[in-house]
Amino acid sequence: MMSALFLPILVAVLFIASPLELIELLTFGELQELVRLPLVRLALFGFVFLSFFHWAHRFRYTIYDTLQVSHLGRPIALLTYGIATTMTLLGAWVLWGIG
Amino acid sequence: MEVLRYRPEEEAEPTWESFEVPVHPEWMVLDGLNHIKDQLDGTLSYRWACRMGVCGSCGMMVNGRPVLTCATYLESLLPGPLRIEPLSGFPVIRDLVGDITDFMGKLSSVKPWIVRDTEKPVEDGEYLQTPEELAEYKQYSMCINCMLCYAACPVYQIEPEFIGPAAIALAQRYNMDSRDEGAQERMDVLAQHEGIWGCTLVGECSEVCPKKVDPAGAIQRYKVSASVDFFKSVLMPWGER
Amino acid sequence: MNPEYSRHEPKWYRPKVPIFWWLKQWAYFKFVARELTSVLVAYSAVMLLVLFVVVDRGQVSYLEFVSWLSQPSVVVFHMALFLGLLFHSVTWLNIAPMAIVPKVGGRIVPAKAVLLAHYAAWFVCSAVLTWVLISK
Repeated sequence: MMSALFLPILVAVLFIASPLELIELLTFGELQELVRLPLVRLALFGFVFLSFFHWAHRFRYTIYDTLQVSHLGRPIALLTYGIATTMTLLGAWVLWGIG
Repeated sequence: MEVLRYRPEEEAEPTWESFEVPVHPEWMVLDGLNHIKDQLDGTLSYRWACRMGVCGSCGMMVNGRPVLTCATYLESLLPGPLRIEPLSGFPVIRDLVGDITDFMGKLSSVKPWIVRDTEKPVEDGEYLQTPEELAEYKQYSMCINCMLCYAACPVYQIEPEFIGPAAIALAQRYNMDSRDEGAQERMDVLAQHEGIWGCTLVGECSEVCPKKVDPAGAIQRYKVSASVDFFKSVLMPWGER
Repeated sequence: MNPEYSRHEPKWYRPKVPIFWWLKQWAYFKFVARELTSVLVAYSAVMLLVLFVVVDRGQVSYLEFVSWLSQPSVVVFHMALFLGLLFHSVTWLNIAPMAIVPKVGGRIVPAKAVLLAHYAAWFVCSAVLTWVLISK
């Protein structure tokens, strides 16, 4: 849900429009300030946490549905949620180190 | 019309058989099948009863989609040939007849009747209900158990343990009934992996439903209310369940 | 109920579902596509983290990152990514009225209104984020 609301515009602005110089982003100083705000970092943490687990959950069920391997349910669940947990912890560590 | 035949005493696997069927503007697919049975081959087996979209027994796959054959015009599917198969997801007993025991078991497991903690004595009269309370669940009460939603549901085809769209919609029909007190009992069956959480929301069940019951919606609403209940019970364990 | 315990009926025919069942019908394909676009969501989350780190490290690394972003192949990939995310968002927003059936004053809010509210929220979120990110 969060990713549905926020991601398309973030990708459009940050990864497409700005490098193509279609729009002018904040100056680097402002951007750095923004990135270092604890609240912004916390928000991004919440966001990546949800995104990774959203992916893990959907991907897990897509594997079940398409490949018909629900007898491997446990390893697949461990794998997908494990990756999501690792990525989230990694994200937390990275965001903690900023600023 | 191409019909999938399966005669277990003769063949190990189903085979296609073609029949020439006349088209009349008022004919449904079921009329075509009846024409085959009356005029061409009396051994063709299939289920039907009411011819008016109420009994829910004539559901079949027509050109790969589950439909009520009594409510699908032959003309709407021209040019032919039509391909008629038994409903997906059910073991085939013969020709177009599938075994529905699995569904019947699942249906009764969600207690699709009004559950009361204590019954009122008959002398006290009926359980009254306002039109608003009726409107809460009326949509779900339209289900005719035709099982088209099961045939459209890939999750059910792949994981037959899944309790399936109609059973959940009918559970909701009683859960949302102001006279019913059985929601908790049904929750034990539904709030499992094989219950609502098996659903990955393909949404085709609601697309094929001939009665606009919207089982997919029923399942998603149940997911929301089950999650809310879960968080309530975690955050407020002292509250009554 | 457990199919393991149902009686064995050797004469019944039990068709197998092919692995590529989801390619046979548009609706099923759309469903799998919707689910798989969640991969793009995870990728975008990684990219946002990378962006944060890069910006934190200083202007040099940021400019390097931007020059990588403006390579034609990367731009094309991100445009595809954007379309995928758009599809992901639209499909999820369209589901919302199915799950959320609110009531106002004892009356059920029509599904169209719920859907509209979600699209409005999407628009507002996008507008606010854009306003925050562009230079003033």
